[in-house]
Amino acid sequence: MAQPVELPDTIHVGPVIDEGHSLASVSDKVGGIVLKRKITIGWVFGLLLAFMVLQNLAIGATWLIIKGVGVWGINIPNGWGFAIVNFVWWIGIGHAGTLISAILLLLNQSWRNAINRFAEAMTLFAVMCAGMFPVLHTGRPWLAYWMFPYPNTMDLWPQFRSPLLWDVFAVSTYFTISAVFWFVGLLPDLATLRDTAKTKFTQMTYGALAMGWRNSARHWQRYEKASLLLAGLATPLVVSVHTVVSFDFAVSIIPGWHTTIFPPYFVAGAIYSGFAMVLTLMIPVRKFYGLDDIITLRHLNNMAKVTLATALIVAYGYTMEAFFGYFSADTYEKFMIWNRMVGPYWPFYWTLILCNIITPQFLWSKKIRTSPGILWCISIVVNIGMWLERFVIVITSLHRDFLPSSWGMYWPTIWDWAVYTGTLGFFMVMIFLFVRVLPMITIFELRMLLPGAQVKEPVAQ
Amino acid sequence: MSGHNHPHQNPLYGLVAEFETPGQLVAAARRTREAGFKKFDAYTPYPIHELDGAMDLHDNRVSVFTFIGGLLGCIGGFGLCSWVAAVALPLNIAGRPMISVPMYIPITFECTILLGGLTAAISMIIMNGLPAPYHPLFNVERFAGAARSKFFLCIETDDPKFNHAETVGFLESLGAEEIAEVPR
Repeated sequence: MAQPVELPDTIHVGPVIDEGHSLASVSDKVGGIVLKRKITIGWVFGLLLAFMVLQNLAIGATWLIIKGVGVWGINIPNGWGFAIVNFVWWIGIGHAGTLISAILLLLNQSWRNAINRFAEAMTLFAVMCAGMFPVLHTGRPWLAYWMFPYPNTMDLWPQFRSPLLWDVFAVSTYFTISAVFWFVGLLPDLATLRDTAKTKFTQMTYGALAMGWRNSARHWQRYEKASLLLAGLATPLVVSVHTVVSFDFAVSIIPGWHTTIFPPYFVAGAIYSGFAMVLTLMIPVRKFYGLDDIITLRHLNNMAKVTLATALIVAYGYTMEAFFGYFSADTYEKFMIWNRMVGPYWPFYWTLILCNIITPQFLWSKKIRTSPGILWCISIVVNIGMWLERFVIVITSLHRDFLPSSWGMYWPTIWDWAVYTGTLGFFMVMIFLFVRVLPMITIFELRMLLPGAQVKEPVAQ
Repeated sequence: MSGHNHPHQNPLYGLVAEFETPGQLVAAARRTREAGFKKFDAYTPYPIHELDGAMDLHDNRVSVFTFIGGLLGCIGGFGLCSWVAAVALPLNIAGRPMISVPMYIPITFECTILLGGLTAAISMIIMNGLPAPYHPLFNVERFAGAARSKFFLCIETDDPKFNHAETVGFLESLGAEEIAEVPR
């Protein structure tokens, strides 16, 4: 597994971890952020700001539950609106975490060790945000459990032929397995915190969470096996989740949705937006917590490369969508792509092309890939672009379908925005709390990257 | 925490030796196994794959359980869809067969992953004997280093070959920096 691979440094921008670190120093540095670092004004201010934005969710959801989904901008024909746009956007963001923690583990990419914990936390919080939308979209969230198969007095069962039900299983499995994988990864680090904590309360808390982990070699052997198996299971899972999300669209017969390219194109888009979000969050965290010796320029460079590669796949997806529209010779498909480009939502489409295809081309430059400030700006643009992509897919297909008599326009209301910004607040609150209470970098995997960690057995006397 | 003393039980859990480098520890673990000790363990701040060879660790049960869990999830997921759609609530949806195999694949797949993944994590935790809030080794103050930067080898008194004086001598011959008694 994640054995450090020796590659000539010339092909990389700097090392995976800066020189001068030892087993003890990485433990103290990362653990110290949780155990020793004083609470700063900046952190309090950030948390309060995020907490204020979170209130939008409380207000928006309350009003929605009182009045019903009519307070949103949805109508007939635009039955989906913001709820599905934001659901797909959030769940896509989550995918980078699983890619980093599972797929890069299987591919033996040791640089992932410094960023996987943070990215996985981001996954969990993003999936939480995603999950709220379909549940609120039902209009009666207190009855959401009806989506699960259980014997009931109504003698009703869910319809397993529906992609919407596949989604329930895919998203709940994704959340559960991500949480389990994350917790398994945390165990040894919680033990480190337990053993370095100074106060009784922190010792007890981390001690209880660490479940008595004692770094035994016999335990490590099973632990590594379980991690590898979880990574192996999470890899097809992450691909399946966005595939199933794309089935919500592709299995229908709406023009622009009924295409076979949707699953791979959605998965690439998910990884694209996820890496953009990892960059958005990591660049400031790395700066404020002085972690640039652990999350080095090489990490930023690598993440920027993945962003660029997925941007190109997404660009291919857009091109193919347009080509299919033309080549299908189907009136409705042709009209859909035409309407998307020059119809009432044309500014959304062309802004999306600008954000998602043109902007990432800057990442061909190594200089830009290793300039945190510019990279951060590009990541924000990509986040916006990927949100627009989901808006364009959902709205431009729905608002003008087969019959002109049933056409309509969709504009979000203030309550749509309240719930959406509220989930952004929720996400940021979770991130702020996470960086203070759990080690944001996997300490034990960081130790494996150190030059002194390799086994050099002394010659037997 | 010394209330665990039974009349015939050794008041010591074992002897723990501290090593500075992973290489020394792997060599020590190999020699301990070759000397015929069975009940001993190494403690390291990160997984060291060379120890699996040195200590002859090849417990594969987590994989077996995970496979069984995944298989049950697979059968259960498909069975659930089929039973619900064909027995509990048969509905004719556009003339499709009651057991519409392709449409049940996503849920079958998700259930496979869910049960497989949960089994992997839970079987690892259970077979490692966790949660175990108390362990004699935690009585040794220096042992906290195993979660930070130090490498330890503990030979337990339950081992038939254990003899206090001889084992101390053996650990010294391995080049241990410090040797401590582990009270129960």
